[in-house]
Amino acid sequence: MAVITVTINDELVSGREGQSLLELVREQGIDLPTLCHLDGLEERGGCRLCMVEMAPGNRLAAACVTPAQEGMVIYTHSERLVKYRRMILELLFAERNHVCAVCVMNGRCELQYEAYTIGMDHVRYDYLTPDLPMDASHDRFVIDHNRCILCTRCVRVCDSVEGAHTWDVMGRGVNCRVITDLNQPWGTSQSCTSCGKCVQVCPTGALHAKGSTVAEMVKRHDFLQWILDGRENHQWTMRNGEPMESGR
Amino acid sequence: MNRADLQTMAQREQEKQGKYRCRLLCCASTPCLSSGGAAVQQALEDAIKEQDANAEVAVVSTGCMGPCSRGPVVTVQIQGENDVYYENVTPEAARQIVADHALNGQPVQEKLLPSDLPFFAKQTKVVLSNSGLIDPERLEDYVARGGYLALAYALREMSPEDVCTEISKSGLRGRGGAGYPSGLKWDLVRKAPDDKKYVVANGDEGDPGAYMDRTLMESDPHRVLEGMAIAGYAVGADQGFIYVRGEYPVAAKRLERAIRAAERRGLLGSRVLDSSFSFRIDIRIGAGAFVCGEETALMASIMGRRGQPVPRPPYPAQSGLWGHPTLINNVETFGNIVPIIEHGADWYAAIGTEKSKGTKIFALAGKVENTGLIEVPMGITLREIVFDIGGGIPDGREFKAAQTGGPSGGCIPAQFLDTKVDYESLKALGSIMGSGGLIVMDDQSCMPDVAKFFMEFCMDESCGKCVPCRVGTVQMYRILQRITDGSATRQDLQNLEELCTMVRETSLCGLGQSAPNPVMSTLRYFREEYEDHINRRTCEAGVCEMTEVPVLELVEELPRRIRAAAIRNQ
Amino acid sequence: MTTLSSKADTKKSESLKKPAGGKKGQSSSQKVRLATAWLGGCSGCHMSFLDLDERLIDLAEAVELVYSPIADVKTFPENVDVTLVEGAVANVDHLELAEQIRERSKIVVSFGDCAVTGNVTSLRNKLPVDDLLTKVYHEGPGAVPRGGEIDKVVPALIPRVLPLHQVITVDAFIPGCPPDPERIWAAVSSLLAGEPVVLADKMRKFG
Repeated sequence: MAVITVTINDELVSGREGQSLLELVREQGIDLPTLCHLDGLEERGGCRLCMVEMAPGNRLAAACVTPAQEGMVIYTHSERLVKYRRMILELLFAERNHVCAVCVMNGRCELQYEAYTIGMDHVRYDYLTPDLPMDASHDRFVIDHNRCILCTRCVRVCDSVEGAHTWDVMGRGVNCRVITDLNQPWGTSQSCTSCGKCVQVCPTGALHAKGSTVAEMVKRHDFLQWILDGRENHQWTMRNGEPMESGR
Repeated sequence: MNRADLQTMAQREQEKQGKYRCRLLCCASTPCLSSGGAAVQQALEDAIKEQDANAEVAVVSTGCMGPCSRGPVVTVQIQGENDVYYENVTPEAARQIVADHALNGQPVQEKLLPSDLPFFAKQTKVVLSNSGLIDPERLEDYVARGGYLALAYALREMSPEDVCTEISKSGLRGRGGAGYPSGLKWDLVRKAPDDKKYVVANGDEGDPGAYMDRTLMESDPHRVLEGMAIAGYAVGADQGFIYVRGEYPVAAKRLERAIRAAERRGLLGSRVLDSSFSFRIDIRIGAGAFVCGEETALMASIMGRRGQPVPRPPYPAQSGLWGHPTLINNVETFGNIVPIIEHGADWYAAIGTEKSKGTKIFALAGKVENTGLIEVPMGITLREIVFDIGGGIPDGREFKAAQTGGPSGGCIPAQFLDTKVDYESLKALGSIMGSGGLIVMDDQSCMPDVAKFFMEFCMDESCGKCVPCRVGTVQMYRILQRITDGSATRQDLQNLEELCTMVRETSLCGLGQSAPNPVMSTLRYFREEYEDHINRRTCEAGVCEMTEVPVLELVEELPRRIRAAAIRNQ
Repeated sequence: MTTLSSKADTKKSESLKKPAGGKKGQSSSQKVRLATAWLGGCSGCHMSFLDLDERLIDLAEAVELVYSPIADVKTFPENVDVTLVEGAVANVDHLELAEQIRERSKIVVSFGDCAVTGNVTSLRNKLPVDDLLTKVYHEGPGAVPRGGEIDKVVPALIPRVLPLHQVITVDAFIPGCPPDPERIWAAVSSLLAGEPVVLADKMRKFG
């Protein structure tokens, strides 16, 4: 694999050809916020939080879906980017009913984390307060559309890792909703294997285990890498509850 | 069928047409059909039958002739005379046209449309040269006017590389709006190393008020097919798709028939015109999503997936349908191919301006005397379009602005009426060429209200994939709603401007990136209108009712409303 | 790190510097004039404020509490230095008070999630006001109020509950439901020191 040189925030760094900008930036220890990205899932490029500025021309590009190329000059935290990231987070908070005080993921939510990390302490836009349902028809899990940010991690993990494709998206614009099967109650889904991967990868309190109350829900992402390592390298052993170091 | 057969067919059809002393061309495209065109055609046929004139007078159902607001339109072609146009033809008028004009040579004065009208005189018909003159449902009509000869020529005399060079030399740029040089795109796909390639015609025309592609597909479907086949030959594709908007059933039906007819005659399908080149074309019907006009979303839709854009690169030319190199052009772009091959790149490049060559079709709508479909050379001024071709503003009112490019475009105010219409000039003014919608507004239009209309459109049509477009458009719409109902504050205007820039720069696809354009361009030229709405709570154009108040004024307003409601209830 | 209150310009804050020296026994006229207000909220933020415990004594040295639900002052006074506002704006009384607060305070702070985001108070925004009243007072467990809005017995509800900054300009934000005493102390001590409020990342967490 060819080595490439990229300038990140005025510093020369080496990367591998074919790597995404996001991967390269994070390898340098630079924290780039993301919500739709999750290691192990195919990229979506939808949340727009990981946008970086590319010189010349200062064009913005989503780092997760932009392949790193030789000679690229990028900035990850310009004033403009920080401002836009904050605005995007404000838009997400305004879109649905993210009432942290009464949310199962309060304190562990990725949306909440990105917001306070970036310094978003209030939302300037209209709260849209849509009237959205919850579906608690499944034996073990609940989908609360009020907390959903449409990152589609659930859709992708269900399709590409579990292979069930129970989840998909319906509608358009702010009326989009993740659905199970053809918008049937989750509990009646024929395709759902109840594996719970969707619940574990969900960044917010939208998908949670039944019975959890405010700030009780804990989610694990490590299983994903473990499964993928197992499939690719046939390593299925866990050490101390952590997945084994993969061969790579 | 080979080239000789093609010429024989053309000759036979010309002879057949020549047998009629008089041909009555009756427009059968959507605008005229919706104003009663079918009944007019029936009346014409009945009248001819009654007069027993079937041998000398023929009725031909054709495509669009242009002056759509005056439909149904009928053209009377008498051998050796100039064509005569009739407007607003009723079945009664149709009978009279047959009796007086077709049989006795006496034009019916009250429905006559003068043929020296600037509406016709100022146009240059290149893409629409057959439109309104041929029956779109008959292959023979198209062939009689030289159809498929360009394809035959390209297949026999030119190499794929030659074709791409010719298109590059012509200076043709994409007619979908962005204006990417077509020759360059074709060459990219041609050079892409893959055994399987595709050609896609984008007929998912979604801009409000625009119907250029529909008209072309309805009026001259074979021209689009021939253009696509030439493209297929040039880039090395053997499969084409036409993506037709679901709201265009007539266009889809005519294309379907045209494909069948061309396949039957060996003009499409395997071994086109007895050459080694094979090219199939299939139709895909959209399901009413504006975003499917965006090329990556359109391809997703063709592949049977949810119509959502994906980030580029990779560009369709590298990896498109099912991962293969794919050439996507607008339907109108494909409409330009035949004339370029037929008359040569130099002839084509002589039309238009230095950077924008050829002609452009516009759907002229709004507050002008003559609305309809026009084809004009690039570089014509807006003034000529609005005041000469369009005939000016009705009821003696003032021109205020012209909106080009639909929801992705902007408003051009009166001081730029003499701007030349081409890709660069319109962009410099903060608008875009777009696919060709042109809406004229008079002083009764309120600009924040216009911006709100387009923002609502973008909001409804956002696919929901990326956050800035999905939520940003709603927030911008809400602010515009407050501006137009009287409850906005100065802070709102600042937030609106900030959102505009953010959504433009961070959205995933063209829909989101251009959604703020109508707001930004009206803010640029009509800022005082926004400020009047906010600071003085007045709408000069008298469009906005301004029934709301800023939130702090609810202290007095709300008890007043509650009292009023209580009195109403008593 | 981003400054928490971009709008709290230093000029305003500097005027507080003098009394912030906090010498013991200074006259009340030199103290910072602090107010706390209670709009549409549960008073939990005020409870958390009282949880400052022994720090309240230090605070009392530095400030004079000129208006507060715990001080029983009837009208909002003039020349207030800092006002902490708990709760969202839900009715016309809140609107009036919010406007007064802005006019009469140098620095206005959104205090707690309801003031910052609308939070639980704004859950009613899903329903139009009329439907809401019907649901609560006619179909729900509550009794039908005597008098009603028309007689000014109950202040008229505004169509949508709003966070404070969507009604008046707000200079600083203390999120939290309720904000824990450490946050409150961090914010209040910055204000008393005449500095812009800059909370640590985790202290900005909603909920």
